[in-house]
Amino acid sequence: MPTTTPSPAVSPADLARLTEHWAEPPSLRAWFSTVDHKRIGRRYLVTAGFFFALAGLSALAMRTQLARPEAGVVSPQEYNQLFTMHGTAMIFLFATPMLFGFGNFLVPLMIGSRDMAFPRLNAFGYWVFLFAGLFMWSSLPFGAAPNNGWFAYAPLTGEQNTPGLHMDVYALGLLFLGISTTAGAINFIVTALKLRAPGMSLNRVPLFVWAIVATAFMVIFALPALNLDNAMLFLDRRFDTHFFDPSAGGNVLLWQHLFWIFGHPDVYIIVMPALGIVSAVLPAFTRRGVVGYPLVVLAIVAIAIISFGVWVHHMFATGLPQLSYSFFSAASTIITIPSGLQIFAWLATMLLGRLVLKVPLLFVIGFIVTFVLGGFTGTMFALTAFDQQVTDSYFVVAHFHYVLIGGAVFPMLAGIYYWLPKITGRMYGERLGRWAFWLIFTGMHVTFFPMHLYGLFGMPRRVYTYRSEPGWDGWNLVSTVGSYLLAVGLLLVLVGVVHAVRRGKPAPPDPWSGDSLEWSTQSPPEPYNFPVLPRVHSLHPTWDERTAESTGPGASADRVLSEGRRTLLTSELDAHRERAVEMPESSLQPLLLAGALLLFFTSMLLAWYPVAAVAVLVVVVTIAVWLWPPRRPDRELGVTA
Amino acid sequence: MTDPAGIVTAATRAESLSAELPAGRSTGWWGMVMFVATEATLFACLLGSYYYLRFQYGPQWPPPGIEAPSLLKPLVMTAVLLPSSLPMLWAEHGIRRGQRWRLRSGLAATMLLGITFLALQATEYAEKLRQFTMTTDAYGSLFYLITGFHGLHVLIGLTMIGWLLAASLRGGSFGAHRHDRVRNAAIYWHFVDAVWAAILFTIYLTPRL
Repeated sequence: MPTTTPSPAVSPADLARLTEHWAEPPSLRAWFSTVDHKRIGRRYLVTAGFFFALAGLSALAMRTQLARPEAGVVSPQEYNQLFTMHGTAMIFLFATPMLFGFGNFLVPLMIGSRDMAFPRLNAFGYWVFLFAGLFMWSSLPFGAAPNNGWFAYAPLTGEQNTPGLHMDVYALGLLFLGISTTAGAINFIVTALKLRAPGMSLNRVPLFVWAIVATAFMVIFALPALNLDNAMLFLDRRFDTHFFDPSAGGNVLLWQHLFWIFGHPDVYIIVMPALGIVSAVLPAFTRRGVVGYPLVVLAIVAIAIISFGVWVHHMFATGLPQLSYSFFSAASTIITIPSGLQIFAWLATMLLGRLVLKVPLLFVIGFIVTFVLGGFTGTMFALTAFDQQVTDSYFVVAHFHYVLIGGAVFPMLAGIYYWLPKITGRMYGERLGRWAFWLIFTGMHVTFFPMHLYGLFGMPRRVYTYRSEPGWDGWNLVSTVGSYLLAVGLLLVLVGVVHAVRRGKPAPPDPWSGDSLEWSTQSPPEPYNFPVLPRVHSLHPTWDERTAESTGPGASADRVLSEGRRTLLTSELDAHRERAVEMPESSLQPLLLAGALLLFFTSMLLAWYPVAAVAVLVVVVTIAVWLWPPRRPDRELGVTA
Repeated sequence: MTDPAGIVTAATRAESLSAELPAGRSTGWWGMVMFVATEATLFACLLGSYYYLRFQYGPQWPPPGIEAPSLLKPLVMTAVLLPSSLPMLWAEHGIRRGQRWRLRSGLAATMLLGITFLALQATEYAEKLRQFTMTTDAYGSLFYLITGFHGLHVLIGLTMIGWLLAASLRGGSFGAHRHDRVRNAAIYWHFVDAVWAAILFTIYLTPRL
């Protein structure tokens, strides 16, 4: 049953004050200066969706080229750029930002806060993401896009082997984007540690929030390896250093080690928050909490840790010592245990619950089927002998598309349908959604299942064409047909979303009778999220009467906090109330800073070093002004200064 | 009853009555600790890359044509940089008690030591550059990347300290209850110091082992 409109506990005067402090009257300036986590989250979702469309169109171009042997739709040079941008954009510009978009919108709502811990840093992170994405994509029309594959192995990426700007765009673009990802990760951790509503001790934190926080910790410890790798690559290419140059004491495998020290945790950085979406969607459509909450939390934490010990399974064909193969083989096998545990927890939830078969649940079921198939081929790679047979064949392409489409895209689509009413305030059309699901599910399997086969038949990945003799043509045509089905399905999702926004019927606050706190706010939520900051009494606060009562009549002024733009800080573990804090207001500085960084990276790319120096100066001055302490007398009560 | 300055209202707010102010760790503290954690990982990757290339290279390290680094100057640099955390600590403890003079003089002392360190590093570079550069071989690339990246961090730390010093010269910027920025800059500075110890060990001491 939907919760009622504005809490009777809050007087109209308080509501007016809250609106005055939190609302941003529509204007051009407000559009550029907003720090509202909901607007920023929406922008992340839309921008990541846009990059997804670009990367998806690149894939369609490739599938068209591969539909028949020796086709000439694109040239080999163009094909190289297409598959590199497809992979790079899907991993870095779509998957993580899309999930960060969900996180941005949902984490403060789920933990009962009024914003993220660092709202301006949040806005800055978004602008950097947007600019870095445009920076990378804008190289494609110039024919200067990255062209060595998304993992950019040395020595192919060296200046001699790949002249031109291609890999400079890659290295600088990812370094630029890394700033956004790191800032976002720190923001999620601090928000989840300090801004939870009173009473939301760690054992009452929603699984989605756990997943986002575990992801953020992985980002903190994994991303530096990628950043360093790209810095070295850029130095090697532009300034003639020798990190990856064996003729002068360097080593090409250094690139691979650093890349996969980042890269394997990154698989979980992508999949983990998506699994969090699954855990958030299931309770509403099975009418019960996820089975084995403590075990699922432990599995999330265990995966986050073990994921740092499996990177060499991407390097089983590089001739490392046998002993290291054994270790990484074992670790790769062990990590399937916590992953399997989560799957069984969801299956048990569905088995014990009452299923409500709506579109979000369809996508969750599609996720389980597809992801388990991908995980199954994944455990096959943990066996070194098998891995060496199929390395760099289409079998690998099949495997990771099962994992990433199954493990990330399906949950995201479930999330889009599930939270669309909350995000836009409108309901989607169920019929169109079902059509979209079946087209996507069928299209996905028709595209990628045959890749297992022609991978085993010996077709290598990343070839721009093939001859008819090996007999791969039929299966390739099947894949191409499937990819068009998949594209039509995804188009229907877009049509559904646009239709809902334009014509959808208004959504009630809680259309699914969900269990987490975002469903106790308006659809879409007010700028201040909660008129009364709730007091949480259980793991399923919206299903729990005492929590609902805490926002009802009798809420004290210290949980309304209407004098100023304020929210509550609580203690890290037990969420005991600590104090109310003033939150920053909207500002143009984040945009300015991101713009200065864009100038810096562009001028580095084009070797305009004096301009880069000026950009650094602008960056330093902007940060200094941003953080300049306001002048206030040091007057606190009870203590003399 | 009139309450022009809002003092009574402020004194009777729930948090003023319920808890000691300010309670708990601030968001800024956590933010800085997480930032330092990711930066520390970056240095760990840098030093890991150094060891990886070194042990993959062969028995003689540094490679032929480059002498093992001499120790005197780096030890002096260490003696300058590591103690620079002490005035920072002293300044931070001072401002917690509202003693602005301690904040200012402590920051100035730390800044002086930091600048001395950078000056020494400049002379160290002048000496090394005659012997090898970043483009000589992988050893040269590693040497300048690692020490240069650390030097950049010292420079950033000094910028933060200079910025704090400038702000503290204006009244009303910091006080007994307003020293979050000082604490955050201090955390960063201690980190930059500690990393130097790891770099000293890796670059200067291990080639002699």
